[in-house]
Amino acid sequence: MGKLTFTGGIHPYDGKDLSKDKPICDILPGEELVYPLSQHIGAPATPIVAKGDTVLRGQKIAEASGFVSSNIFSTVSGTVKSIEPRRVVTGDMVSCIIITNDGLYNEVNYDAYDEIDVDNLSKEDIIQRIKEAGIVGMGGAGFPTHVKLSPKEPDKIEYCIANCAECEPYLTSDYRRMIENPEMLIEGLKCVLRLFDNAKGILAVEDNKPDCIELLKKLTKDEPRILVKALKTKYPQGSERQLIFATTKRAINSKMLPADVGCVVNNVDTLCAIYNAVWNGKPLMERIVTVTGDAIAEPKNYRVHIGMSYKELIDAAGGFVKDPAKIISGGPMMGFALFNTDVPTTKTASALLALTKDEASKYEPTPCINCGMCLEVCPGRVMPKVLAECAEHADYEKFEKMGGLECCECGCCSYICPAKRHLTQSIKSARKIVLANKKKAGK
Amino acid sequence: MSDMMRVSSNPHIRSKVTTDKIMLCVVLALLPATIFGVWNFGLHALWQVLLTIAACVAAEAVYELIMKKKLTVLDFSAVVTGLLLGLNMPPAAPLWVGPFGGVFAIVVVKMLFGGLGANFMNPALGARCFLVISFPAIMTNFNCDAYSGATPLAQIKAGETVNIFNMVMGRTGGTIGETSMVAIVAGACFLILLGIIDLKIPASYIVTFVIFYGLFSGHGFDPYYISAQLAGGGLMLGAFFMATDYVTRPVTKIGQIVFGIILGLLTGIFRVFGASGEGVSYAIIIGNLLVPLITRFTAPKAFGEGGERI
Ligand code: SF4
Ligand code: SF4
Repeated sequence: MGKLTFTGGIHPYDGKDLSKDKPICDILPGEELVYPLSQHIGAPATPIVAKGDTVLRGQKIAEASGFVSSNIFSTVSGTVKSIEPRRVVTGDMVSCIIITNDGLYNEVNYDAYDEIDVDNLSKEDIIQRIKEAGIVGMGGAGFPTHVKLSPKEPDKIEYCIANCAECEPYLTSDYRRMIENPEMLIEGLKCVLRLFDNAKGILAVEDNKPDCIELLKKLTKDEPRILVKALKTKYPQGSERQLIFATTKRAINSKMLPADVGCVVNNVDTLCAIYNAVWNGKPLMERIVTVTGDAIAEPKNYRVHIGMSYKELIDAAGGFVKDPAKIISGGPMMGFALFNTDVPTTKTASALLALTKDEASKYEPTPCINCGMCLEVCPGRVMPKVLAECAEHADYEKFEKMGGLECCECGCCSYICPAKRHLTQSIKSARKIVLANKKKAGK
Repeated sequence: MSDMMRVSSNPHIRSKVTTDKIMLCVVLALLPATIFGVWNFGLHALWQVLLTIAACVAAEAVYELIMKKKLTVLDFSAVVTGLLLGLNMPPAAPLWVGPFGGVFAIVVVKMLFGGLGANFMNPALGARCFLVISFPAIMTNFNCDAYSGATPLAQIKAGETVNIFNMVMGRTGGTIGETSMVAIVAGACFLILLGIIDLKIPASYIVTFVIFYGLFSGHGFDPYYISAQLAGGGLMLGAFFMATDYVTRPVTKIGQIVFGIILGLLTGIFRVFGASGEGVSYAIIIGNLLVPLITRFTAPKAFGEGGERI
């Protein structure tokens, strides 16, 4: 039998050796923490604190405004300095709550959840806890997890997939989680499984992490509902639609939800956060961030207080050994290039990557030679070359007809193109326009 | 470090493969056939090839200078065109003919249509056909110091016998680079191993041709005739190096197989029913013209729309 995988994809230099053997270490934030009100998909949260208020660590400072939205919590104790627009990783100015850290880390009482028998929690209670804790998809998208876990027909969910692929080059935060806190991950998955009576849990790991596969297999050997599946190492194996296909052979298009084929996918850090919320009643305050790249003195994996700035992470990792040409939040394939490092970490910040070479601008785009490599690697199975042409000619009708919306913006086409055309970039902007037009027309 | 970093859209890394590296590999892959051709036909052949390449490169540079366009000669694509055209010249043609065709290939077939990537016809083949039409006497005269008389395929057409071993090795008359099946296939293997070309077009082309020839030539599937047909008339050079030209072949997988089948049928028709017994160039040129159509009808289905498995 062939390995579990999808069609297309690439094998870039993975750079994981830089940080993969560095244990997760704690890092304390500096004086000022910044919490964007919009660090998830959906409506921005509404602030429930005002300038001058004192807050405790773990205190809710902004509340979900609507079902598809998410609570935000302070990760330190201190005072609210202001609520003002600040620049975030995407380069946009977003309204943020700024908190001055008093360095005491006084925590709220976490509702004494430990006194409740977790095993007797109802499904509604579990979802309520996840929702209350402000958990969102921490792999990058930031879709509120309680929404994901509330499909129309929970009985039809057959697979709860834990996305342990970590296919982005350089990223090792999930890897460290799996090695250091596998019980958290497994318990988190079990919490999710309790919501779906007919589902099996799948821990889907790329086969470049044999140690994780072995460890997870060992720990789940007495769990009849949980399977560990090894996936072929290939980018973007951890992209939701590709992952579902690789593990279940079910394919969804951009208009469908994983639940339509009976699947629910959560990434490693999200499941750990679910565990923390359900068992300890703790809101989402920390995440693992890999600080790495050839410009970083000592690449490391940090347990980060969400809200601290990237700059502090870089300083903690020994600063730069060489001048970085590019600093990226997230992985090199789908991450955001940063204007400067004075932006806050958020719930979805998986890595900080500082590279000494900017390969994207190193090469000038030249004419397309029709080599077909972009088609070959495209996991969306569309024709990137044609879509990019449509995008450049603003022919959005043809763009949509040729499946432009099926692109997941994975970046494989731009990566592989020998003419170094900025395919993903063109397609991405066209998708934005098409989706915006659709929204307008729908309203 | 400056305060403001450079930003750009994802992805932030790029593969090392570039257009010029691919073209350079194609040049390298053509070297065995070129060296064999020079050894087979003598120094005059070498001069033809070199001058044709020089003419192509110069034509591209001059055109771009005059039109004030970005210089692209360093991408080696003009070298590939010149080399392919040179290999398609009769060994004893006067030295000006190849370069003349080279200028035509670059200026008319390539640059006037928008340069690399925008031409709909393989420039080397377009130029070859132009030369055959303009100078039929020169372009169909395969007499040279080493060989005299007709090419092996013409001999077969005339009912004479040929030495298959010599044909496969390339010790026969023909154009400079087309005679040695062994050298051509060796170069093609290099490209296939590097993943620059694959077998979809050559294999579907050759298989279709063999079936067609077996059915309609009257010789059946006689290995003697089949191998002579495969080794002669530039079929190998065409199938591995000209039909696979990125720019002028369909970009979809199914399209490539359809393209190969069409080329096989056309070559079969030209060789079995035509007068000359060669026909590879014409088959590929006609195939090139059909490419937009083929691509349109073989556009892949998207992931989740039925296209996730191929
Ligand atoms: S078109 Fe979209 S899905 Fe396809 S390779 Fe490019 S970025 Fe990825
Ligand atoms: S990879 Fe680049 S050069 Fe090749 S077909 Fe796609 S766009 Fe054209």
